[in-house]
Amino acid sequence: MHPAYSVILFTTASGAGYGLLALLGLVGFNHGPASSLIFGLTAMVIALGLITIGLLSSTFHLGHPERAWRAFSQWRSSWLSREGVAAVLTYLPALLFAATWLNIIHAPGWIGPLGLITAAMCAVTVFCTAKIYSALKTIRAWNHPLTVPVYLAFALASGGTLLTAIATIFDRFQIFQVILTGAALLVLIALKFFYWRGIDSAERTHTMAAATGLGAGVRQWEVPHTSENYIMKEMGFAVARKHAVKLRGTVFLFLFITLLALAVCLISPWLSLLAAPAILFAAVLERWLFFAEAQHVVSLYYGTEKA
Amino acid sequence: MTSLPTPQPNQKKLGLVIDLDTCVGCQACVTSCKEWNTQGYSAPLNDSDSYGADPSGVWLNRVHGYEVKEEGRDDTRVVHFPRSCLHCETPACVTVCPTGASYKRAEDGIVLVNPDTCIGCKLCSWACPYGAREYDYSHGVMKKCTLCVDRIYNTNLEPEDRAPACVKACPTGARHFGDLGDPESDVSQLVKARDGFELLPEMNYKPVNKYLPPRKRRDAVTSAAIALPKGDGSAMDRLFSWADKFLSGKPAGTIASLQDMSDKLEG
Repeated sequence: MHPAYSVILFTTASGAGYGLLALLGLVGFNHGPASSLIFGLTAMVIALGLITIGLLSSTFHLGHPERAWRAFSQWRSSWLSREGVAAVLTYLPALLFAATWLNIIHAPGWIGPLGLITAAMCAVTVFCTAKIYSALKTIRAWNHPLTVPVYLAFALASGGTLLTAIATIFDRFQIFQVILTGAALLVLIALKFFYWRGIDSAERTHTMAAATGLGAGVRQWEVPHTSENYIMKEMGFAVARKHAVKLRGTVFLFLFITLLALAVCLISPWLSLLAAPAILFAAVLERWLFFAEAQHVVSLYYGTEKA
Repeated sequence: MTSLPTPQPNQKKLGLVIDLDTCVGCQACVTSCKEWNTQGYSAPLNDSDSYGADPSGVWLNRVHGYEVKEEGRDDTRVVHFPRSCLHCETPACVTVCPTGASYKRAEDGIVLVNPDTCIGCKLCSWACPYGAREYDYSHGVMKKCTLCVDRIYNTNLEPEDRAPACVKACPTGARHFGDLGDPESDVSQLVKARDGFELLPEMNYKPVNKYLPPRKRRDAVTSAAIALPKGDGSAMDRLFSWADKFLSGKPAGTIASLQDMSDKLEG
């Protein structure tokens, strides 16, 4: 699949933003009012900023961004529509939580419930984002049981890394942030390992024979057009499969760098500032691979024997 | 509404039956489709850089060529394979649409895109295993086969012209249009008689369009047709034989060896 940069930015930025926002919600639930206005405000602005940048960027790849509001209507059948609805709904508890947590609205009793609701909505939104992809039967690498867990784990791990870094800057570093983020990272590394092993070993059940009905002895003789059409441009991307092993290794390398930096944080918290860019780079590369490695069933009509 | 309509008893399922035995790959269906639809429901079907180095454009029907080797034979044959929207009974391209622009008509099962509400997110094209949808970069909306919905019910056309443009254009009669929901219809009978099949049935989108397999080859018949006729020794035959020798300027016996060669020809 063609890796559209707007969609990669959308899923990674909003993922990290929702991860951070969810953790801030849990912090509010646990600790009550923000320990300082400047820390809380900065963290909130970064979280909501990443989410908003991501959502805006997702509209850049639309043919008609001005009609994007129509996407809220088909939540009964479409995961993309559900994702849009969940993303917009999340702003409501998130902004109310921010207002109470930062004591702009004085209602300390509401911080806990609003924080929990915000965290839950973040999880729901990332879940819907992942379901857009995992629900597509046409793409074997996406239609996989670990697609959704990987999206959720990436959101939590990158959000946690950002929280640790922001807390360090404002002198609010705490060991639980490292332990939580480290645990999320370990889960993520394991999930991603099993995900890649799973898609590599899974049986390719769709064949050119079934796609054309012409039997096992079929092979491509002539494509119907002299230059690439939309189908080939959008679904025929094959660069990543060539370099997949090296690029997957790079993702793991940067996830381990993040983990190592977090471990060393326990001695010198300032190293968390190194962990944040490392995990964001890993997220972008992993998401690029997620698209670029994915093979679409339609490739069977264009010479692929099995998909 | 992108939720699918509930199928009714005797649900009408308009679609095509494509005969892979008679299709000669002439592209007439492709060009007539483009011609009709660039001024019809999907208008315009834009092309870019048409005469340049990197031409591209939106086409709703593409004809592939496949080489097929049958079991137990050394040689192969070419099968021309037209590919367009199959107007599935349970199309994922419709249910993934976030805006309701993509929909399946309850009355006849035709799958359409409303170009006024499509946001151009391309998700429907990702959901389709058949590559039936092509994005129009210049319009920012998705385009697809409409089964010529603006022809088949068009009372401004003569009744015999109320069929999809591709069907009307096919010079070999390889494309058939009708109601596949009616087991008595001509198209349903054709599918039954010729063992018509679905593409990628295991994906369970239940395509309405069906394909008819190429017939088994009849070598004895085709070889006999190609073989040169044997001389019967008549006066006319001797005259032609003499004319052939005279014009070829070659010694006698050449014709006989040519005739022998004909046995080795194969259809």
